Amino acid sequence: MASIDYPLERPRHGEKTYSFSEALYSWVSTVDHKRLGLMYIVAALIFMIIAGIMAVVIRMQLMFPESHVVSPDTFNRLFTMHGTTMVFLLGMPMIAGFSNYFVPLMIGARDMAFPRMNAFGFWIFLFGGLLLYFSYIGGGGLGGAGSAPDVGWFAYAPLTSKAFSRGAATDYWILGILVSGVGSIASAINVIATTISLRCPGMTLSRMPMFVWVMLVDSWLILIALPPLNAAQIMLLMDRHLGSNFFETQAGGSAVLWQHFFWIFGHPEVYILIFPAFAILSEVIPVFSRKPIFGKPAMVGAVVAIGFISLGVWAHHMFAVGMTAWSNTFFAASSMLVGVPTGIKIFNWTATMYGGRIRYSTAMMYCCAFLLQFLVAGLTGIMLAVAPFDWQLHDSYFVVAHFHFTLIGGAVFGIFAGIYYWFPKVTGKLLSEKLGKWNFWLFVIGFNMTFLTLHFAGFLGMPRRIYTYAPDRGWDTINFIASVGAFIQAAAVACFVWNVLYTLKKGEPAGDDPWDGWTLEWATTSPPPEYNFEKLPVVRSSRPLWDLKHPQDPDWKYE
Amino acid sequence: MFNHAQLALLQANVPGLPQHRIANIFRPLATPGASEKNIALLTLAITGVIFVVVAGLIIYTMWRFRRKPGDDEHQEPPQVYGSNQIEVAWTVIPILIVFVLIGVSARVIAGVENASPPASTTKVTLVGHQWWWEVDYPQFTVRTANEIHVPVSRDGNNATYLTLESQDVIHSFWVPQLGGKMDLIPNRQNFTWIDPREPGVYYGNCAEYCGTQHANMLLRVIAQEPADFNTWAANEAKPAVEDPSVSAQKAVYQSLSCVNCHTIRGTGSIGQFGPDLTHLMSRENIGAGVLTNTPEHLRAWVNDPQAIKPGCLMPSMKLTDKELDQVVAYLETLK
Repeated sequence: MASIDYPLERPRHGEKTYSFSEALYSWVSTVDHKRLGLMYIVAALIFMIIAGIMAVVIRMQLMFPESHVVSPDTFNRLFTMHGTTMVFLLGMPMIAGFSNYFVPLMIGARDMAFPRMNAFGFWIFLFGGLLLYFSYIGGGGLGGAGSAPDVGWFAYAPLTSKAFSRGAATDYWILGILVSGVGSIASAINVIATTISLRCPGMTLSRMPMFVWVMLVDSWLILIALPPLNAAQIMLLMDRHLGSNFFETQAGGSAVLWQHFFWIFGHPEVYILIFPAFAILSEVIPVFSRKPIFGKPAMVGAVVAIGFISLGVWAHHMFAVGMTAWSNTFFAASSMLVGVPTGIKIFNWTATMYGGRIRYSTAMMYCCAFLLQFLVAGLTGIMLAVAPFDWQLHDSYFVVAHFHFTLIGGAVFGIFAGIYYWFPKVTGKLLSEKLGKWNFWLFVIGFNMTFLTLHFAGFLGMPRRIYTYAPDRGWDTINFIASVGAFIQAAAVACFVWNVLYTLKKGEPAGDDPWDGWTLEWATTSPPPEYNFEKLPVVRSSRPLWDLKHPQDPDWKYE
Repeated sequence: MFNHAQLALLQANVPGLPQHRIANIFRPLATPGASEKNIALLTLAITGVIFVVVAGLIIYTMWRFRRKPGDDEHQEPPQVYGSNQIEVAWTVIPILIVFVLIGVSARVIAGVENASPPASTTKVTLVGHQWWWEVDYPQFTVRTANEIHVPVSRDGNNATYLTLESQDVIHSFWVPQLGGKMDLIPNRQNFTWIDPREPGVYYGNCAEYCGTQHANMLLRVIAQEPADFNTWAANEAKPAVEDPSVSAQKAVYQSLSCVNCHTIRGTGSIGQFGPDLTHLMSRENIGAGVLTNTPEHLRAWVNDPQAIKPGCLMPSMKLTDKELDQVVAYLETLK
């Protein structure tokens, strides 16, 4: 025990006030991992609100059959920009944001391994995002045709070729994603280097918190999965401007090739997006259940297994392109197998709660909703992996419902849990639990109202990405309910934004360790100083703060 | 909702065939759809049981182990780190379930994909266009659009085999009550088959996003008694009706640029870009299903397709009222 001598309470430094230009300069020029992490998260939340507003307009258009809220082209741009933004400008920067902020704190480091590359990563990501949105102004190109991209977030060839996508919209899609992808790669390299080389004394890999483990695997997955997309995007750019014919079917190119390239990236990508939620749950559930994570080695193994298997399941997005029966069977099998390690994770989180003393803060409630919703998402995923069932469900609203269950009911709920959990650490103030409960319940009700019902639209043959539908196809009631749910979700997010703004102004001070946590970030002040720790900590177990708080019964005796 | 003329025409357009507008995948009326429904029900049963058990455990745990008001703030529950036996159990059981599903899937995949056409099959080549379907019958030298007439196949020996191609971007053939979807991909041929067991009109949509008017690329499969189908095909195979009473109107049609995109067999109109109009009036709908094929709708469509299906590739031809009347009068003779 003598080796762990960092104090839990320490005097607070006087806060210096800055002028606006000084503050701006300090943020723009910062290489501090916490400020960069925060900027990533705030930028991602702003993009989430923009893409969320787009979703509300989409739902307004679909609320009634044959409505004319927006034109067909506007609608197609809306769902393309909504999907692209949510995946590349919400999901990806959230990973970078959370890992930037918390990985160094949790492994007892003073910063990331490459602080300047870290700043570069953030700014290039933001630039990529703005470039994508600039398409609303510049997408017409010299010919004046088009505005924002309208090719769908997976931009299937040959809809993206010059013949079918005039103007510069598709070029903005390519370049915006390519450029922001550079930021994701930079951040992934940084996380890997940091966890490999900057862990504090005593923190072996087996003592590394689950959060850091998951982020490490996630970063590897980004590093492996993103280059195929970027390569395909460059090939597409060459098709469009340099006369190559990779995906140019009119000249003998292959439309299916693009799909292979895209989904070799795209399927690992959905695991990349859900991993931060896995990481957050693995910290929040133990602390609020007052028990260590159940079966940590199995949890780490499951995450690594998901990472590996997810690289071999991509063609389950392509069961309808006419692959041979053997290929379809292979990808059906691999896709079902990925459910096994995912199941292990759900079981272990439940087992962590089992026998605990669960405190239902808003963060923990988000985790519980995650467990149930992600269970649904996993099981509908199994249904989609059954290839013959998928021939019916593919590209229908069932798929829309399924992946919103994974990415909202899963990833976004996890991110909200993380924000409620770590907000006091980052700002020194506790988010209002009262507003938090409003935020949570509205979100749960609205989300399930929208996306549970949309599964049934898929059963009734409603394809995705249609801007209108006839009243006699049996889809009107479902769409009406789904749209009302979307408005409730918008109200939930408004509650959240209000909660954050209100708390920043008038929130209760949080103290350094409001949740009685066990990982190293709770051992420093809230917010942490630029150097994180006055003295580098030394750890002997997975839960260094448990050891400190329970000297008579430390973890290292059992590990 | 409708005026009398429209209503009468609507009924006239439905020659006794039931309209399957609600495309419920759990009410299949063909072999591929039925085998997909069976495996769907098995999958739903298995995942349903898993859901009830696991969700039950999660909710029980959430409720049973909540912190109660009287609990000591500082009392921590027993610290349990894990159990290898339990981990093995909840790894092995799901693997067994997965193997069952893989086996069943493999069988159905092979059953649907590797089915070989019977000798009596009807062959159809379906070509996707932005945003309509070209339907070719090589056995009958028939070319039509958007409505796929097929014979009913009660005994399974009259299945229709479709070769799927695309002229431009990727589309997808999906008529849920007959079977799952198969993509129409440019520069590639795909195959699928359907064998509707009951006469009727089966509704479907293009299921792969294909640009502006993806939503209005609607599909209808019209399953008829074999005798009716043969009558229909024999009529379709003939060149266009020559009605001397509209020869002046025909001349107007021929003088306009309609002929550059549309074919009317037996006339000088030989364009390939838009749907074949040789027997336009035998179709129930126009504009790939956006409107029923009534004289008023036809006139509105020819007048300004962009108002009805914004973004579609047929431009508004700016015809005068007189020209419009003449063109529509001619088209209406193309039975």
